[in-house]
Amino acid sequence: MTVHQPGTLREALDLIAGKPEAVPVAGATDLLVHWPARVAEHDRDYVDLSRIAELKAIAFRNGELMLGALATYWDVIHAGRMKEGFPLLVAAARQVGAVQIQARGTWAGNIVNASPAADGVPVLMAYDAVVVLASRAGQEEVPLDRFYTGYKQTRRRPDQLVVAIRIPWRAHDVAVFEKVGGRRAQAIAKVGLAIAHSAAGWRVVAASVAPTVRRCTAIERLLTDGTPVRGPDDLHPAIERDVTPIDDLRSTAAYRKTVMARLLYDDLRGVCPAFS
Amino acid sequence: MHRREGLAKLTGRERYVDDLPLDDFLWGATVRSPASRGRVTAVRFGRGIDWSQFVVVDSQDLPGPNEILLIERDQPVLAAGYVRHVHEPVLLLAHRDRVALRRAVAAVTIEVAPEPAALDFRVPPRPEQIQYGADNVLKHLRIEKGDVERALATAPVVVEGVYETGAQEHVYLEPQGMIAHMDGDVLVVRGSMQCPYYVVKALTHALNRDEQHVRVVQTPTGGGFGGKEEYPSTIALHAALLALKSGRPVKLVYDRTEDMAATTKRHPARVRHRTGVTRDGKLVAQDIEVVMDGGAYVTLSPVVLSRGIIHAAGPYACEHVRIDGRAMFTNAVPFGAFRGFGAPQTHFAGERHMDVVAHRLGIDPAELRRRNLLRDGERTATGQVVNDGTDRVAVLERALALADYDKKRAANKAGGTTRRGIGIATFHHGAGFTGSGEVMLSSRVDVAGLPDGRIEVLSANIEMGQGTITVFTALAAARLGLTPDDVVVAEADTARVPNSGPTVASRTSMVVGRLVERACDDLRRRVNTGGRGKGEGLKRAIMDWHRAHPGGRLVGSATYERPPGIAWDDHTYTGDAYGAFAWAAYIAEVEVDLRTYTTRVTDFVAVQEIGKVLHETFARGQVQGGVAQGIGWALLEDCKWQDGAMANAQLTNYLIPTTEDLPPIRVAFLENPYPHGAQGAKGLGELPIDGPAPAVLNAVADALGVEPTTIPLTPERLMEIAERGARNAEQRRQ
Repeated sequence: MTVHQPGTLREALDLIAGKPEAVPVAGATDLLVHWPARVAEHDRDYVDLSRIAELKAIAFRNGELMLGALATYWDVIHAGRMKEGFPLLVAAARQVGAVQIQARGTWAGNIVNASPAADGVPVLMAYDAVVVLASRAGQEEVPLDRFYTGYKQTRRRPDQLVVAIRIPWRAHDVAVFEKVGGRRAQAIAKVGLAIAHSAAGWRVVAASVAPTVRRCTAIERLLTDGTPVRGPDDLHPAIERDVTPIDDLRSTAAYRKTVMARLLYDDLRGVCPAFS
Repeated sequence: MHRREGLAKLTGRERYVDDLPLDDFLWGATVRSPASRGRVTAVRFGRGIDWSQFVVVDSQDLPGPNEILLIERDQPVLAAGYVRHVHEPVLLLAHRDRVALRRAVAAVTIEVAPEPAALDFRVPPRPEQIQYGADNVLKHLRIEKGDVERALATAPVVVEGVYETGAQEHVYLEPQGMIAHMDGDVLVVRGSMQCPYYVVKALTHALNRDEQHVRVVQTPTGGGFGGKEEYPSTIALHAALLALKSGRPVKLVYDRTEDMAATTKRHPARVRHRTGVTRDGKLVAQDIEVVMDGGAYVTLSPVVLSRGIIHAAGPYACEHVRIDGRAMFTNAVPFGAFRGFGAPQTHFAGERHMDVVAHRLGIDPAELRRRNLLRDGERTATGQVVNDGTDRVAVLERALALADYDKKRAANKAGGTTRRGIGIATFHHGAGFTGSGEVMLSSRVDVAGLPDGRIEVLSANIEMGQGTITVFTALAAARLGLTPDDVVVAEADTARVPNSGPTVASRTSMVVGRLVERACDDLRRRVNTGGRGKGEGLKRAIMDWHRAHPGGRLVGSATYERPPGIAWDDHTYTGDAYGAFAWAAYIAEVEVDLRTYTTRVTDFVAVQEIGKVLHETFARGQVQGGVAQGIGWALLEDCKWQDGAMANAQLTNYLIPTTEDLPPIRVAFLENPYPHGAQGAKGLGELPIDGPAPAVLNAVADALGVEPTTIPLTPERLMEIAERGARNAEQRRQ
């Protein structure tokens, strides 16, 4: 194993430009889980980003929140104004692993790890987060809801690093985060949901029910149109269009769809007039 | 008294087997079968690795019989050309570098010509799946009392039910591990274990050595729960074989994934009940059929089955009982000892069934139990007359009062998207080995007087977190009027300690603790104080003895003696199955979320009569830990099987409860001293795992008006049951 420890973003970008197979890591929490078992990963090159001071910032400016690539869950839980402006980030951060993981794991890492069961990604996506990528060639911005191209596949090129996450600051009258895990703490989501409503419209994002975390556009349309919903069963046609859950070690497709419908119905009944 | 080794554990200074300093040693590793059954056609060593740097051991390297000596001799130390389960050990490798070793293990290919595997213990095997006897039955046992068929034929009401329990992983904090090395011509094995003398027996047999040339030392053990009863013999043999072949010390420590995948688990079981009752709820007949999955080798399945069927009829009076038990061979990774040892499976079925009977009769489940709990003078299923003076109904009443049962039972269950319910289990657990087991063990404890006047307790019973060292210290100090600092508890080193039997079966405090007391008495007799010397007088007498006998060893000793009036017939399975039973009533309160079908246990009351509480904090800890483990087994812990092996052998996908998943666990003890236990104590370690699962499921039944029969009751499973129930109700209305 070779670990490179660049001190500046410039150095880091130079490094990965020359070593496209190298793996950038920040908290390394996803790596650690399988480390003893996946011996082949010991042979790879790793670029440890944790010393790059310029990636650590969390800033509120120009009507947006900017999370640097090294911003951790813990940083967000404890940052001022976060609870008022972005309560879903705080709620999701508290559901990630244990405190030790919250203190090391980063939002950018959660995005590039590309797990369909990610806890941080649904709330970022519900807030219309934009991924800021940098390479020696320059910067590029990709909306998070267009960042994933398939299971564990993203639009990040090997020579690019996620350097920041930009999130517009909007007033939300609905903001809900739901995580159904196998137990009440330290569990991987069987169903994850983020629901938000602002002047920009409805955002409904689901985790663990498709190859990627994704927006549920059929559900969003149903909400925008004010289609009457008289019970959880009325949501199933839209859910069928939006997600493709599977049976796996953690749950079943049938359970995931049923729970998604019930949580959506229960969460929206009080706030959405079309839900009766 | 504080835990004697507590500060070392609290500060991280305690050294477990993986922490021990070791010079110039090799790491050991195991290459395992990829297939559930078949002939090994080839073992291929991959390219790109310098195999001359590795020590390689296979079944040809065994100096003695290729057998792990236990109840039977069917299990090989290393598969000899034929495998019977996935992860069966085939080869051993050793190397100085652990990462190189992991790569080497991955580079070996074991090729197997597959043969039809038996993978479902619940269905009779097809002829081509038969691999043990004529029918794959590893053990068949039967208890009969009265005339069940006649009683069922005339019973006013007969209620049937089938209940299933899943496997359970021990999840001790410290994974299994052993170190083996030669000390002159003595093979020394040190490691994490519950039964040092089991390991001695396994080593002497398969390595063809006598007991003088084998020494086994238990290292501080981070939990066992039965998982370190029989399995450590396998790792000890593997480490020893590598050490013998290489001539170097070898350390073989499993990581969590290997430990979960390859070591034993609780036996899955299916239990069928057919129960005859009168309309006012008096049991008249219990017909019970127990089937357990033994896995690919016999291991301890016969005795797990035995304890399971003996507890299957519950703590109730019934004149006509038939319990038929079978442990089945399958090509699953062998199942083994786990806290409760068969009783949790049969108690789950029996206690869940009691509520089904109560619902059928329209009698409150508490009342049904009141009417049937054993009274003194009545007989258990094996014909054991219970006459210990314990008021078992009072144990139940205490729990009902603490839980505020009547009020909660009557309360409104509904609350928006949640439903609440409350459930009971009344149960018992026999302590010590079953039947004649303790007589056959013939356990011995020594208590030595040291030249400085202190005493040393020598036993093979080990500390694994449950408090052996502290309890033995307290028992010896109290018996001899000494302070705890005057008492040393010897390391469990078979070169020094006598065989006081295994650290299992809730026997350590009750049975071995009593031997500690008697060995103390014997020591006192030997120093000639006229039987009166205690405390400082005794210490002076011990020092005087040593002055009079320079270099001599002053040892008091005690060997197990069967308590008077106990009789057991192993052929008819009748008589006194255990010297004493502990009795308990547990009550769980749950809240079910109808959106997610998640069950949360919101309150738990655990009342038990255990003879005498030897250490309040430890006793409470045993109960709370057992309840937590029981709630995990009931709701969360789900072994997913693929070809008879665990597909989710990681703690990310095999979930045990966190503190967030547990209710306050309110513990109360009742005491009715048992004359043959230390200070009147009965066994406690296993009892608390028997009750939580049925109590929790009975509470879910109360909350939702359904009858769940299978654990773990995952949300996915509960959703199916509840939706099916709702559909059926809908059809009835139409």
